[in-house]
Amino acid sequence: MEQSEENKKKVVVRVCIGTGGLAAGGKEVIEAFKKAITDFCVDIELDFTCHYQKVGCRGFCARDVLVDVVDGDTSVTYQGIKPDIAKRIVEEHLIKGEPVKEWLIDASYYAFHAKQLKILLKDCGTIDPEDIQAYINVGGYSGIKKIVSAMTPEDVINEIKASAIRGRGGAGFPTGVKWEACRKAPGDVRYIVCNADEGDPGAFMDRSIIEGNPHSVVEGLMIAAYAIGASLGYVYIRAEYPAAVDRLKLAIAQAHELGYLGNNLFGSGFHFDVRIKLGAGAFVCGEETALIASIEGERGMPRAKPPFPVHKGLWGKPTVINNVETLSNIPYIIRNGAAWYSAIGTGKSKGTKVFALTGKVKNTGLIEVPMGIRLGEIIYDIGGGIIGNKQFKAVQTGGPSGGCIPAELLDTPVDFESLGRVGSIIGSGGMVVLDETDCMVNIAKFFLEFTQAESCGKCVPCRIGTKRLLEILDRITRGLGKEGDIELLETLCADVKAASLCGLGQTAPNPILSTLKYFRGEYEAHIREKKCPAKVCKDLLTYSIIEEVCTGCGACRRACPAGAIAGDKKKPHRIDPEKCIKCGACFDVCKFASVSRE
Amino acid sequence: MNDILDGIITKYREKEGNVIFLLQETQDALGYIPEEAVNYFSEKLEIPPSRFYGVVTFYSQFHLKPRGKNIVSVCCGTACHVKGGSKIAERIQRDLGLAADGETTEDGKFTFEIVRCVGACSIAPVVLVNNSAYAEMSADSTSKLIKELKKKESSGTK
Ligand SMILES: Cc1cc2nc3c(=O)[nH]c(=O)nc-3n(C[C@H](O)[C@H](O)[C@H](O)COP(=O)(O)O)c2cc1C
Ligand code: FES
Repeated sequence: MEQSEENKKKVVVRVCIGTGGLAAGGKEVIEAFKKAITDFCVDIELDFTCHYQKVGCRGFCARDVLVDVVDGDTSVTYQGIKPDIAKRIVEEHLIKGEPVKEWLIDASYYAFHAKQLKILLKDCGTIDPEDIQAYINVGGYSGIKKIVSAMTPEDVINEIKASAIRGRGGAGFPTGVKWEACRKAPGDVRYIVCNADEGDPGAFMDRSIIEGNPHSVVEGLMIAAYAIGASLGYVYIRAEYPAAVDRLKLAIAQAHELGYLGNNLFGSGFHFDVRIKLGAGAFVCGEETALIASIEGERGMPRAKPPFPVHKGLWGKPTVINNVETLSNIPYIIRNGAAWYSAIGTGKSKGTKVFALTGKVKNTGLIEVPMGIRLGEIIYDIGGGIIGNKQFKAVQTGGPSGGCIPAELLDTPVDFESLGRVGSIIGSGGMVVLDETDCMVNIAKFFLEFTQAESCGKCVPCRIGTKRLLEILDRITRGLGKEGDIELLETLCADVKAASLCGLGQTAPNPILSTLKYFRGEYEAHIREKKCPAKVCKDLLTYSIIEEVCTGCGACRRACPAGAIAGDKKKPHRIDPEKCIKCGACFDVCKFASVSRE
Repeated sequence: MNDILDGIITKYREKEGNVIFLLQETQDALGYIPEEAVNYFSEKLEIPPSRFYGVVTFYSQFHLKPRGKNIVSVCCGTACHVKGGSKIAERIQRDLGLAADGETTEDGKFTFEIVRCVGACSIAPVVLVNNSAYAEMSADSTSKLIKELKKKESSGTK
């Protein structure tokens, strides 16, 4: 008997179109599913209707494209799906009811999630970020509705203070305290600003939250606005994140349509609207006073504090600036209560933190963990250990303002105070894992190149200090380091830290100080022995061919871009040191390990 | 060009006099910020050109020279750096015959740029061609990509 379309059961195919999903071909996978379904429809009548859901980042980007097939109460997840596999899934799973075993997620997928605690990311990756109703269906916007009818702004502030949430933008300032200061500042116009500049070059938490659950940020802004007494909010977002900007615009438009933004919201007399400001590419604009200057249309130069933005911020009015992740937590705190939130985490660091786990770990991706989890658990249990079974060397947290933490300290709990004690910071949440093939002097130099280039130039200690620091690091990596350079670095670092105007300069020396603290031997090897123990710094390496091992296959000769390698077929080859540009192409291409790099 | 610029000025007046906004619109419309545009704005709005240049040179998003038809960028953010981003950068420079970040090939077809993190760090190292991201690249796979792009370009111009 023929079923009418409405009576057929619904099968949902959920495809990740976060940044990782898109790059792995998420859109093509959806098209392939659609095509496969249409093709099968020609010959047979299907007993189900297929619906497609695009979702944001699910965290495990290393396994993209991730696809869920949801059939009634059962949901099956596939990993590493390419368009050509879609047809098989449609035929074997959707039509015949047999999941395709070889593409199902495996034990490491479960291990990746076992120690995580997902609050913010739970909805990221299951709800359609382009549909406000999807957010409403999981309880979205119930927080703002609750407070406008049943709580005074002071009640809201007290609730946030009781939750003890601290800002996720880097400094870890208690959010409730900040809101209260702004509320109490004199004046009748106030602003709330969401900092979505995400400048740490190795982090993408904020991007993923906005792409995967934009409405949580909008609701967070609304709640903050109600609490501090603002009727206009801004989101300052990097122009480099076009997909996030589009999602956010759509979310704001949908909220307007439903009457969630605008005048007299929910009949309460509360007015609120949100505007988007595109950042134009300057790291320092993530600093709150520079961000204000940038919204006002000027060069994004930091201003001296005090006055703090809560007293004198945007257009001179009291302003709260909060990070994306901070704001995204707010609706969940209001919905579930301060006691629920403060039960998660450690003494002074409550709740969860989202980290971008990247670098040399097997399982890279976006993770959310309770505060207090140990670094080692993140790297080995969630991250699955180091790629290629190489030796772990350090984990860099906090980006250009943070530091490198060595293997002996992997027991350190991840919270604001503990990471500070070992010379690093939680920062915005970048976590880059380094292995034995990473040179710590090179890493320090990498960050100084960044901060030096991004220094706005307003204050001398930062502008010139970072430049001098970089020069010293540069000469050390080129084999021109001198006795005394390490001490010089230490003195200069202390000066730059003490005298810089804003957080950029005050924290710029951290990558140097932490690598000096834990990996001083590497600096000394560069300076005294002119050797790079990790074999990274080009000027300190010599390439040669071990004649006894070389089979004369010629692979290195063909790979050499400088024409520095010569030799007859099946006879040992030789590298001309005069011509060698030390690119390492021969080393990478040799299958017999006959290229030596010393 | 002046019509476009006049349109932007009208929008600018509505936007609380935001110079960054004005320049972003200009770059969207023209692909870069030509000197004539700055002079035109300066005259019409009675703002000294130095104020525009101050903003243009502060933010890495703005370009004072026209860029190529295709923008090939490599990410050299932290995650991409430790996974070999700089080797890829060297290869792109070699393949396109360009000496430095921001240069454009003589035929105007390719511009090479280094970017610092595009928020795709879990699939590092990342190469971008006109904003689409390519995941887990190597120097060799990048060479292949560029070869394909060049092929597409030369067949397209016939
Ligand atoms: C150089 C520099 C860059 C910063 N970049 C960011 C950023 O990209 N995103 C962010 O949320 N906070 C950034 N901050 C921190 C902000 O100044 C501010 O403390 C934060 O946005 C406050 O929000 P929170 O209280 O919710 O953490 C940066 C600070 C400095 C000094
Ligand atoms: S470091 Fe390259 S995308 Fe983040």
